[in-house]
Amino acid sequence: MIWGLALLAVATIGIAPGGVSAGAQDHAMHGMPGMAMPGATAKPAPAKPKPVAKMRAAKPTAKRAARPQLRATAPAPVDHAQMDHSRMDHSGMNHAAAGAATDSMPMDQGAMASPAAKAGTDLPAGDAPAPAVPMPHYADRVWDPAAMARARDVMMREEGGGQTFAQVMLDLAELQVRDGRDGYRWEGEAWFGGDIHRAVVKSEGEGDLGDRLEAAEVQALYARAIGPYFNLQAGVRHDIRPGPARTYATIGVEGLAPYWFEVDAAAFVATTGEVLGRVEGYYDQRLTQRWILQPRAEVNLSVQDVRRRGIGSGITDAELGLRLRYEIRREFAPYVGVSWERRLGDTARFARGAGEDTGGIGVVAGLRAWF
Amino acid sequence: MNPSIDRRTMLRTASLAGVGCAATPIWAQTGASGLERPVLSGEEIVLRIARQTMAIDGTASRAIGINGAAPAPLIRLREGQRVRLRVVNALDVDTSLHWHGLLVPFQYDGVPGVSFPGIRPGDAFVYDFTVRQNGTYWYHSHSGGQEQEGLYGPIVIDPAGPDPVAADRDHVVMFSDHSEQSPAAIFRRMKLQPGYYNFQRQTLAGLLTGRDQTAKDRKHWGAMRMDPADIADGTGATYRYLVNGHGPRDKWTGLFEPGQRVRLRLINASAMTTFNVRIPGLAMTVVQADGLNVRPVTVDELQIGVAETYDVIVTPTGDRAYTLVGESIDRSGMARATLAPRTGMDAPVPPLRARPLATMADMGMGGMAAGEARGVDPGAEQNASRTLATPGYVPPPATPVDHATMDHAAMSGMDHAAMGHAPISDPATGGAAGQGAMDHGAMDHGDMTMRDFSRAPQVHKGPGVQTIAPMPVDRTGYPGQGLEDVGHRVLTYRDLIALDRNPDVRAPDRSLTIHLTGNMERFMWGFDGQRMVDTHEPFAFTEGERVRVTLINDTMMGHPIHLHGHFFDLVTGKGDHAPRKHTVLVQPGGTVTFDLTADAVGDWAFHCHMLYHMLAGMMRVVSVRPREEAA
Repeated sequence: MIWGLALLAVATIGIAPGGVSAGAQDHAMHGMPGMAMPGATAKPAPAKPKPVAKMRAAKPTAKRAARPQLRATAPAPVDHAQMDHSRMDHSGMNHAAAGAATDSMPMDQGAMASPAAKAGTDLPAGDAPAPAVPMPHYADRVWDPAAMARARDVMMREEGGGQTFAQVMLDLAELQVRDGRDGYRWEGEAWFGGDIHRAVVKSEGEGDLGDRLEAAEVQALYARAIGPYFNLQAGVRHDIRPGPARTYATIGVEGLAPYWFEVDAAAFVATTGEVLGRVEGYYDQRLTQRWILQPRAEVNLSVQDVRRRGIGSGITDAELGLRLRYEIRREFAPYVGVSWERRLGDTARFARGAGEDTGGIGVVAGLRAWF
Repeated sequence: MNPSIDRRTMLRTASLAGVGCAATPIWAQTGASGLERPVLSGEEIVLRIARQTMAIDGTASRAIGINGAAPAPLIRLREGQRVRLRVVNALDVDTSLHWHGLLVPFQYDGVPGVSFPGIRPGDAFVYDFTVRQNGTYWYHSHSGGQEQEGLYGPIVIDPAGPDPVAADRDHVVMFSDHSEQSPAAIFRRMKLQPGYYNFQRQTLAGLLTGRDQTAKDRKHWGAMRMDPADIADGTGATYRYLVNGHGPRDKWTGLFEPGQRVRLRLINASAMTTFNVRIPGLAMTVVQADGLNVRPVTVDELQIGVAETYDVIVTPTGDRAYTLVGESIDRSGMARATLAPRTGMDAPVPPLRARPLATMADMGMGGMAAGEARGVDPGAEQNASRTLATPGYVPPPATPVDHATMDHAAMSGMDHAAMGHAPISDPATGGAAGQGAMDHGAMDHGDMTMRDFSRAPQVHKGPGVQTIAPMPVDRTGYPGQGLEDVGHRVLTYRDLIALDRNPDVRAPDRSLTIHLTGNMERFMWGFDGQRMVDTHEPFAFTEGERVRVTLINDTMMGHPIHLHGHFFDLVTGKGDHAPRKHTVLVQPGGTVTFDLTADAVGDWAFHCHMLYHMLAGMMRVVSVRPREEAA
């Protein structure tokens, strides 16, 4: 699985246009720009007012309680004078502040305001023990406990992150034109659940137009979030075509890899004992806000030959695609593209032996949609 | 109950409803001359919540309103008075109202499942409390996505004594984001596809033309699976940005007479939108934050997180109009209003600025941000408000050039000092020693240290945690994404100093650290790696206890964190005049520390005020128990 992922990454990077592919060659994080997190040195804006000076300048106005006095000092020209004055002070103040900044308080204006001892928020905190944690049902003392329990339940589940959602996503729904042989293909999933636990149904398949369904599979999975980006998925896969129908136990991971690659890797163990694998992934390269170019790769693997189905051990087949979509809405994006499919290794040999072709390049047009 | 007030109010709103398909409360009507006509006041107030329509920029859409008005009516109260608010639910689902920022007995705080059972369809609930404070606040539904549908309104409380903030005129300026999609539909799309609403992403075209990050930077970000263009989850692709319920074309107009001091009560009632607010040509003097007075500080722009409020004074002098711009943080659209001496006047509208990218400088990992490729993608999509820009718009010379260069020189000097030698250390966490060295260590391993749980042992390991901030620093001095280099004065939390001495100036008894965690790919959000649904365990406090709480934002997105029933004192070096807030925007990858006196017994909601972050689980209960029960 791991080497499959690596292969996928290489393959996808190879065709990903633009900065990401260029950048992705250098994995060493020697610089800092990547650091997404924190925290700036609190840098004042270039013409930020300084309360110290401001406060002095403004004090007469601030403390006034009587309106008449205010009227005497109000008009704007005076304000400007104050502003200027404060700015002048301010550069001097800055140096003082910078000097004092080695102290724990970067700007100790509170102390300046009341030059005596430190007070209030300038004082260090003690280390008293925290109180025991009570049940937060204090309102039960005032209101009907049963009504409170009901409201609490609603608040916790429906307004506290426990909501459930459902989505149906057609990742690929397309017509394919290849060597005069017109086909169709779909790949999609539907899920229901919350942040952590979900039930997922996946389906994919393809066929020739006017001919019968060539391949079709359905998976029913339980998905569980196992990290910020990845879900573990386990369940069953059922292949309807090609016949005879076959059922597998499935386990895999799906999620978002570094550099924004969406990846999905799964292993399948058939009821008849064969072990297959699949790794797929794509990258959404935003050309503009709504034009998105999606390189996509899929590799299927087999641990052993499955002669009856024309599968040889090793990499059985691969697909590389490049699809350009336009998001009319996020939920509705028609696309065109090219798709190259090829059987490989023994699988290709079996196919040639059976007089079947081993793949080729095709033009695709379809729709990516979700609701 | 005093029926006359209510009947008059009802009649007023009813007559309005008769005129158009949707009523606008009087406070929100365009051409407003001020607050002199309060809509709802007195000791007995009836609020009837029902479905209705709301007309924005000429199109009607579904909404939930109160007494026939969406946004909901202004509630004007006086400090010290008692008020009984009878809330009638005429919806077919549960509802609730929460008085945002008001210090009320916990059972009247209005959070279903935490402070009360909610209000069932057809039922009524009476909130009964004494008003203990003054200032600008707001109220909104705390049930499902109703807040997104228009169920929010302003609260103005007049002080019992003289108001230290003197103004000739008073306007509520309530920002919100409005969508024709239902909250459920928006939430679902955010869950199903990360970046669903972001049409300002980095593209290959942007790379080739040098607008976006360089190839090298993009590679590094790609390795992290981090999208620097992910500035906002909800964008102009679904939202129109409103002022007082008016779309940018509706052009809500607030009136003034030249030379008047005009108080603007800025309230961000959005579901998801952080706004950058400015009035080109007019400086704003901030006098209040989250309803509490601060020493006046004059700025040209400020970032207002969801659920925050700022009161500013402006003094327009000329007989001309001004445009008030509330640009969404990702610059995918703007809310627009006009301040003018007369109705019907127009002022130039600035174009939307280029959307920011999360950069090296934003993360405090580099020097000055030179070299970051930035530009405008001609294909980037903003909402219809982009067409409002005045052709050939010339920004007014708000900041004289001399000053700009002077300040810049001073600033860069300071920056170097601060960056080179003085990591912004934090008294609560013991400081961030050896920041520079940590940078390199952290960077070299890239992805691995992006999720190093040893840095945050309390965080539950799980799919909901995409990253742990490797070296979070206090960002209360940061003006906000996209506001680093705007060339004029931008407010930061460090500019705020409380006007009054803090009521509790004791040293904190203990410290508590809370991580804001999330996974942008799965749209999971939580505290310490847990969603609300994962744990009902509260953050526990004992009555009267003073605790230093540090919020560490492990995500690449700002979170406006709101604690119900309390104000907390931001630890920004202001001693016993710390600014006190009910909602604090924790910048991406940054920390905020505050001292909290847990003086209100009960269970309180504590959550990110981005609606869909909260609904995704970024909420927890804060319990405050009487001292005698704590033992």
